[in-house]
Amino acid sequence: MTFPPSPPLPDPSHAHSLLRSMLLVRRFEEKCAELYTEQKIRGFLHLYIGEEAVATGSIAALERRDSVVATYREHGQALARGVPATTVMAEMFGKQEGCARGRGGSMHLFDAETRFYGGNAIVAGGLPLAVGLALAAHMQGEDRVTACYFGDGAMAEGEFHESMNLAALWNLPVLFCCENNLYAMGTALEVAQAETDLALRATSYGMPAWPVDGMDVLAVEHATRRAVQSVRAGGGPHFLEFRTYRFRPHSMFDPELYRSRDEVAEWKKRDPIVLLANRMREAGILDDAGMDALEAEVAEEVDNSVRFAEEGSWEPVEELTRFVHSDPEVAE
Amino acid sequence: MKTTYREAVREAIREAMHRDERVFLMGEDVGRYGGCYAVSKGLLEEFGPERIRDTPLAESGFTGAGIGAALGGMRPIVEIMTVNFSFLALDQIVNNAATLLHMSGGAFNVPLVIRMATGGGRQVAAQHSRSLEGWYAHIPGLRIVAPATLDDARGMLWSALEDPDPVILFEHVLLYNMEGELPEQAGPVSIEGAAVRREGTDVSLITFGIGVFKALEAAEVLAEEGVSAEVLDLRSLRPLDDRAILETVRKTHRAVIIDEGWRSGGISAEISARITEGAFYDLDAPPARVCGVEVPTPYPEHLERAALPQVPDIVEAARGLLSGGEGDVA
Ligand SMILES: Cc1ncc(C[n+]2csc(CCOP(=O)(O)OP(=O)(O)O)c2C)c(N)n1
Ligand SMILES: [Mg+2]
Repeated sequence: MTFPPSPPLPDPSHAHSLLRSMLLVRRFEEKCAELYTEQKIRGFLHLYIGEEAVATGSIAALERRDSVVATYREHGQALARGVPATTVMAEMFGKQEGCARGRGGSMHLFDAETRFYGGNAIVAGGLPLAVGLALAAHMQGEDRVTACYFGDGAMAEGEFHESMNLAALWNLPVLFCCENNLYAMGTALEVAQAETDLALRATSYGMPAWPVDGMDVLAVEHATRRAVQSVRAGGGPHFLEFRTYRFRPHSMFDPELYRSRDEVAEWKKRDPIVLLANRMREAGILDDAGMDALEAEVAEEVDNSVRFAEEGSWEPVEELTRFVHSDPEVAE
Repeated sequence: MKTTYREAVREAIREAMHRDERVFLMGEDVGRYGGCYAVSKGLLEEFGPERIRDTPLAESGFTGAGIGAALGGMRPIVEIMTVNFSFLALDQIVNNAATLLHMSGGAFNVPLVIRMATGGGRQVAAQHSRSLEGWYAHIPGLRIVAPATLDDARGMLWSALEDPDPVILFEHVLLYNMEGELPEQAGPVSIEGAAVRREGTDVSLITFGIGVFKALEAAEVLAEEGVSAEVLDLRSLRPLDDRAILETVRKTHRAVIIDEGWRSGGISAEISARITEGAFYDLDAPPARVCGVEVPTPYPEHLERAALPQVPDIVEAARGLLSGGEGDVA
């Protein structure tokens, strides 16, 4: 697949912020992998490493008033959206200072402040929610866009079809963001989808759809801005297929029997962080010292998040049955 | 022969595939990935992609296709990764698999086996920790089986495949790594009837799946206190083995029912009702229940532990019955 030429570099401060955002996700998750072996983080842990450009570039194109719906591989979306690294890390530890009070863990990050409607651990489970959030915005006459993230694998589920049809039928402001990383666990795209051109499939619902180089954060941001503008202007749902790749196993339990090391190595040559950093170096807006400073800044933010999580507290067992129904004092 | 629960299930699948050409395994990541709990590891190499059939993420579609294939003369084993994802296939399971025989006036039976992992205890949070065996046990037309031991894991699959109607096998996730001895020539095991796993005279601990092992541990603790607990492994949740349930209660006069599922409207409620209906005058105390606390399973270890039935809860409930107090926990 050849993509259109990459867009020009934005102004230096925006380029730096994109680079910083991707680097934060990368270093944050590398830390998570370590903490997983130390058993500070438990349960399932799905890393986004390799795919950082998708969340970073697309969320950069959203406004504060927009909403985000994500999957169980959502640390990147949460951080890019501005959920503090501290409360994300505390959530991964299961501490009550976490963004979901520790109840959800890695797969269930939530944050009302940034309209982050969750990690969802059921494949395709978030799609109908996104349609509903967009329906609410539409009925309330608000120009919010709902960005909905899901994997290539989710496109085989019935909920994908139902959501696409509803959104298109009712002309709702949803941006469908497919993260096509070529695999659903160990199942490659070709053995899961009868039509592997995913953007083409989306067009059959009568909505604009196009593929995007998901390793190029500038291309991601550019495409998303274009789509968001149109969605916000009443153009109905749009679909973006971000072609990307996860560098790590599906989860911490995956022996990776289904793909070759060569394939992984080939994709690593297009590491989204390196791609952007190189562009910036070529343009003379990044040098070794600048990169070192950025690394140091990000390392501090990650360390700080770990400290925050370590110092956090366990929710008392007496509160176990809270949040099954709304607390009386908060119920309207 | 030393083996694990996981290997016992795998051997059962292998044997069935060899014995009957109509048998095939279908589900998400059963082939190239080797199964999400590594149950089917190596089977793709042995039987090929036609019979170890990787499916897309499409629970409703492939479960329904399993029903259709069963109608069409095959003997499918459909693997749904976990009970949590089976909700996407509920319509096919309940409206088709469980109902076609009746609606067709007996013309079309559905010889389908569905396997799925169930249960909590691995800190994978609410959407991945459900125990809803009791839900499925509510549905006429289904047989619900929960193999707990290695022998049952090895032997029940074949019996399930021989059944002319749909059978769902629930495998608790914490059992896959369980090790033990299995005879080289381990054969089929009936999917009917409960089994007493430990004899006792003072109190009956009635349970299934992972609960069996928690109950056996509790029985050890109780024995040290001079209390003789009998452990009944239900094995089949639909139909329930009424005879075995009433027999143990008539013997011990006290019952503690243990279920990871929630108490309200759960299988524990059904068992308790049958005990009071069938053995009311044999009871020395009201039946007690130790169930999952009525909350979606939280992620942190200490809250998850508190949300699920644990050995001390069972011991306490049993003590409560013997001291004449109320036995309900959670
Ligand atoms: C309904 C459902 N079925 C199965 C699973 C188990 N599962 C979790 S992630 C996953 C793969 C999903 O692949 P994809 O949608 O491509 O997203 P990716 O993991 O590649 O980001 C599977 C099969 C699940 N969580 N939910
Ligand atoms: Mg994928």
